Amino acid sequence: MIVLDGVGMTYRAASGPVEALRSISFRVDGGELVALVGPSGCGKSTLLRIIAGLRPATTGRVAVGGHAVTGPVPAVGMVFQAPILLKWRRIVENVLLPAELAGLDPGAFRGRALELLRLVGLGDFADRLPRELSGGMQQRAALCRALLLDPPLLLMDEPFGALDAMTRDELNLELLRVWGEGSRTRKTIVFVTHSIVEAVFLADRVVVLTPRPGRVAELVPVPLPRPRTVETRASPAFGALALQIHLLLARSA
Amino acid sequence: MTRGALRRYVPSLVLFGALLLIWQVVPPLLRIREYLLPGPVAVVRAALNFSIPWHAHIWVTTLEILGGFALAGAGGVALGVAIAWSGTAARALVPFLVVVNTLPKVAVAPLFLLWLGYGVVPNMLIAALIGFFPVVINTAVGLTQIDEELLDLGRVFGAPKWKVFVKIRLPNALPYVLSALKITATAAVVGAIVGEFVASQAGLGMVIVNAQTNLNTPVAFAALAWISVIGLGLYGAVGLAARAWAPWADTP
Repeated sequence: MIVLDGVGMTYRAASGPVEALRSISFRVDGGELVALVGPSGCGKSTLLRIIAGLRPATTGRVAVGGHAVTGPVPAVGMVFQAPILLKWRRIVENVLLPAELAGLDPGAFRGRALELLRLVGLGDFADRLPRELSGGMQQRAALCRALLLDPPLLLMDEPFGALDAMTRDELNLELLRVWGEGSRTRKTIVFVTHSIVEAVFLADRVVVLTPRPGRVAELVPVPLPRPRTVETRASPAFGALALQIHLLLARSA
Repeated sequence: MTRGALRRYVPSLVLFGALLLIWQVVPPLLRIREYLLPGPVAVVRAALNFSIPWHAHIWVTTLEILGGFALAGAGGVALGVAIAWSGTAARALVPFLVVVNTLPKVAVAPLFLLWLGYGVVPNMLIAALIGFFPVVINTAVGLTQIDEELLDLGRVFGAPKWKVFVKIRLPNALPYVLSALKITATAAVVGAIVGEFVASQAGLGMVIVNAQTNLNTPVAFAALAWISVIGLGLYGAVGLAARAWAPWADTP
């Protein structure tokens, strides 16, 4: 689904060129959930933007779905750290935004938008304005917006990073449920986070990045059984994986 | 009126009433003559004395204010859109607008009258000139203060520039524009009156100038009261529009 081959990124700052990413290579298979973990400033968000085609890589090649990425990857689902809902639109109209931007008839997607909102427990809030919802609810709505056009690829940039720990745990479970852990048609997800626990809980594999310039320290498979539950976090295997990643990050720092 | 609204307005009404009372009672005790400081009763009497053609003056001044306000609003939004739409337009226009804005516009008023003669139009233009700048700035700011990620969404879904403009930038700018229009509403009043001060054949500003030369101070105060009625009306209308059209905005 995604192939990164020797991706590097250097940007120009006032003080001179800054190397943000260096020779990043890994693949993400279709239907896989891969988490990118690393200290802040390791370029993980930049890497996500490179995959989305929103920023060009300085070196190396990126392919998504078998096509080389040269510009924005069409119709990829994106969730950011802030929900960035349009303040003047009701929740359901916010969820329908991608259809409008893509030049599709939003009326045809209304049923799906409402269904998605029901799925994340916002069925009764479809006609509210964003300001009437809590941060966690707004982020749920942002997830629905990303899923509206049923994109095969979902890119998530610390989507739950701004939420409190309880809401974050709750939304992790919700994401897995919406993703369809058990189903075969599940989407490919690349999930950026700086929380080791979140990465291990969600991912099939964790890409551990080093501090600037960001390089791949290790690709850690997460062979925990699915569907994952609240108990998953308490299992010894979970603890061992979290510790392993913790040590990898500590060593590379 | 609900209890909450009552509680909200009572303090300012009481203060207003007390000030009126002091104004009515104290100057005569200090032997201040009416031509220096007329009391509120004399002012109201003058304001309702329709041997002075108030309606004609009010009409002229209102026309100038509304015309100036509309011109400032339309011109300001158009310039703001141009600045936000194109970097070249921004680089060309912004320094020019800053220079125009730093000019003391009151000093330009006599030139306008020289070029355009007496009448409603030059005073409208002065009102517009005083009031347009905040609209330009707020429009441009409102159109460009958009989360980068929101624009990324536009790119991911292949939305053309105009669509992002219509669906995201314009609604985002609306509360900014409306809050600038509140400033413009006040500035347009100043502009219209300044124009009338310089030279005019009608209008409340002219009434003030004439009353001053005749030492008919109650009439000058009455004209002032009528001006503030017009100004408050326009300001209130813009405030109501802001509440109706941009209820999501936090600006009071």
